[in-house]
Amino acid sequence: MNPMNYVYLSALLFSIGAAGVLLRRNAIVVFMSVELMLNATNLTFVAFARMHGNLDGQVIAFFVMVVAAAEVVVGLAIIMTIFRARRSASVDGANLLKY
Amino acid sequence: MPTTFASQSVQGAAATGVFSLSWLLIALPLFGAAVLILGGRRTDRFGHLLGTAMPAASFVIGLVQFFALLGRDAEDRAVSQHLYSWISVGSFQVDAGLLVDQLSMCFVLLITGVGTLIHIYSIGYMAHDTERRRFFGYLNLFVAAMLLLVLADSYLVLYVGWEGVGLASYLLIGFWNHVPEYAAAAKKAFVANRVGDFGLSVAIMIMFWQLGTVSFAGVFGAADRASEAALTAIGLMLLLAACGKSAQFPLQSWLGDAMAGPTPVSALIHAATMVTAGVYLIIRSAPVFEGAPDAQLVVVIVGAITLLFGAIIGTAKDDIKKALAASTMSQIGYMILAAGLGPVGYAFAIFHLLTHGFFKAGMFLGAGSVMHGMNDQVDMRRFGGLSSVMKVTWFTFLLGWLAIIGFPGLSGFWSKDKIIEAAFVGDGWRPWVFGIAALIGAGVTAFYMTRLFLMTFHGERRWTEDVHPHESPAVMTVPLVVLAIGSAFLGLLLGPTGAIQHWLEPVVGSHGEQTTALPVSVLTTLTVLLVAVGIGLAWSMYLRRPVPATAPVGTALTRAARRDLYQDAVNESLLMRPGQYLTRSLVYFDNRGVDGAVNGVAALIGGTSGRFRRLQTGFVRSYALSMLVGAAVLVGIMLLVGV
Repeated sequence: MNPMNYVYLSALLFSIGAAGVLLRRNAIVVFMSVELMLNATNLTFVAFARMHGNLDGQVIAFFVMVVAAAEVVVGLAIIMTIFRARRSASVDGANLLKY
Repeated sequence: MPTTFASQSVQGAAATGVFSLSWLLIALPLFGAAVLILGGRRTDRFGHLLGTAMPAASFVIGLVQFFALLGRDAEDRAVSQHLYSWISVGSFQVDAGLLVDQLSMCFVLLITGVGTLIHIYSIGYMAHDTERRRFFGYLNLFVAAMLLLVLADSYLVLYVGWEGVGLASYLLIGFWNHVPEYAAAAKKAFVANRVGDFGLSVAIMIMFWQLGTVSFAGVFGAADRASEAALTAIGLMLLLAACGKSAQFPLQSWLGDAMAGPTPVSALIHAATMVTAGVYLIIRSAPVFEGAPDAQLVVVIVGAITLLFGAIIGTAKDDIKKALAASTMSQIGYMILAAGLGPVGYAFAIFHLLTHGFFKAGMFLGAGSVMHGMNDQVDMRRFGGLSSVMKVTWFTFLLGWLAIIGFPGLSGFWSKDKIIEAAFVGDGWRPWVFGIAALIGAGVTAFYMTRLFLMTFHGERRWTEDVHPHESPAVMTVPLVVLAIGSAFLGLLLGPTGAIQHWLEPVVGSHGEQTTALPVSVLTTLTVLLVAVGIGLAWSMYLRRPVPATAPVGTALTRAARRDLYQDAVNESLLMRPGQYLTRSLVYFDNRGVDGAVNGVAALIGGTSGRFRRLQTGFVRSYALSMLVGAAVLVGIMLLVGV
């Protein structure tokens, strides 16, 4: 199979993720979209690693996964706290940190 | 004019024996000052005794050195002591060193001798002042600085002493600084002195620039080779310095106000020693002035103007201390005049300085004694008839009075008349102008001093109700007696014998035989005649006629003299007001111009930031959009450029 197809798929996934981040208000959904974007890049790394025949991309993909796991822990905790405080998880509602 | 300068004598032999103690002369009073000022109230009980012992000890050392000098040959009497290397920058080298020679020895004995007497007097005079210890601390500081000034072997070290005496003078004039006028007088003296100090610092800079050295030996050695323009510039700047310190025209206005200080201060600093520092400076710098006849002429003119200026002011003052201050100004005018005449006058300038140190200090202390008995009143119109109640003060003042007016046989006769004679030496218009100025000055001096003496001690008693005049305690009268003896006999000791000329000859050059424009006998007769006229005039005006308790309006000249010949008004309109306008416009420019620019830039940045701040909306999704757009734009650019 043409390895470029993986790249196309990853671009598609990244765009869906980005659109999700920009368009959705629910923090959980935004969060999931961010994960989608991260994994789209992971896919790109792995695809290029395969195309160039070295392991660098694979290694980076592992790093991204580790960081994403850590980020999920912190991010979900924040969303939980916001939800408890405001009874909503809308990202537009939490706009006090401005000017 | 035959001048023989032994410039090598300024170098001096190395200090051995008693001369290796020269540093102690300065260190002792400095130690006293440090103990009294830093020690605080703990030293209150013995402060005045320590403060008197220190200059007395210096006087003893000075006397021993004086006799040691007498034992040497005239040419070997200059002794220099190297203390330490002060400044060493490349080829520029300044050593802190002391120079004891005939000239500085005169001053050492005057400062420590008269200084000690005035310290003793102050014990009584300041007995009721709670701050007496601080007063003695400042006096000791002054003595130390003044000794450093006259013992320095380079202009830079002299400058340290010069500033030191200025500081001490400021502290002592403003000693009772809880009175605003006294504090203002101290400030005025300090500011006027700064102008002179500026002249001295510029003179030192020109020396360094043109001659490459600031030590006496170096400067005088190089003076022959220097251009006349450079020497004239140095001479005029030194004269400016002398004018500031010695209250000479046009920087004279501070001396009258300086009488705000306690009377012993007026006697020590503003009569006997500090104000004569300018005379010392000019005579010490004789080789510089010898090479700059124009500067010398200016010196003589300044001296002549000041001696008449001071004498005229003295005729109208009713404040006994201010009349004496005007007299001091006038007498120092005589010394400056003599110092500008060249070798013919140098020795007499110093001679008059010494005798003046005695009789003027004596009269100031006498005035202090009168004030002590009269509840610190100074208005002579409220004195009168004190001769019977204050016999010692009266008699010592009598001797001082006779000495200053040049009564034949007393000190002033020998010193001042010699200056008048010296002023008549030369040819062309100069002897006539300067000689006649000096002659008239002598007559006016006789008038105002007689006026002062008669108004204070004779005539009817015009005392205010509440005063009960009494003689001062012995601790005050004994110094008066000693100074009066000096006033009477110092001139006789040094004048007719020519001792002072021989003593100073190796330093200031030989006097030589000079012919005066008029025969000396005629001059002496004229002087005595003028003095007699002055006395007679004062006698008829202030003894035969009653003295009104309030001053009559008087003629225009009297009114002008009462206001110091408008010197304050002139200073105010020429210097103070333009200065104030200048500072005000500078402040305006600073507020509006400089501050405006700085504040404008700050306001511009602040305002712009305020606008840009609105971009921070707090909506996470809009941040995300801008990040995405930014990233997309970056990628787009990279693709376009083809990196």
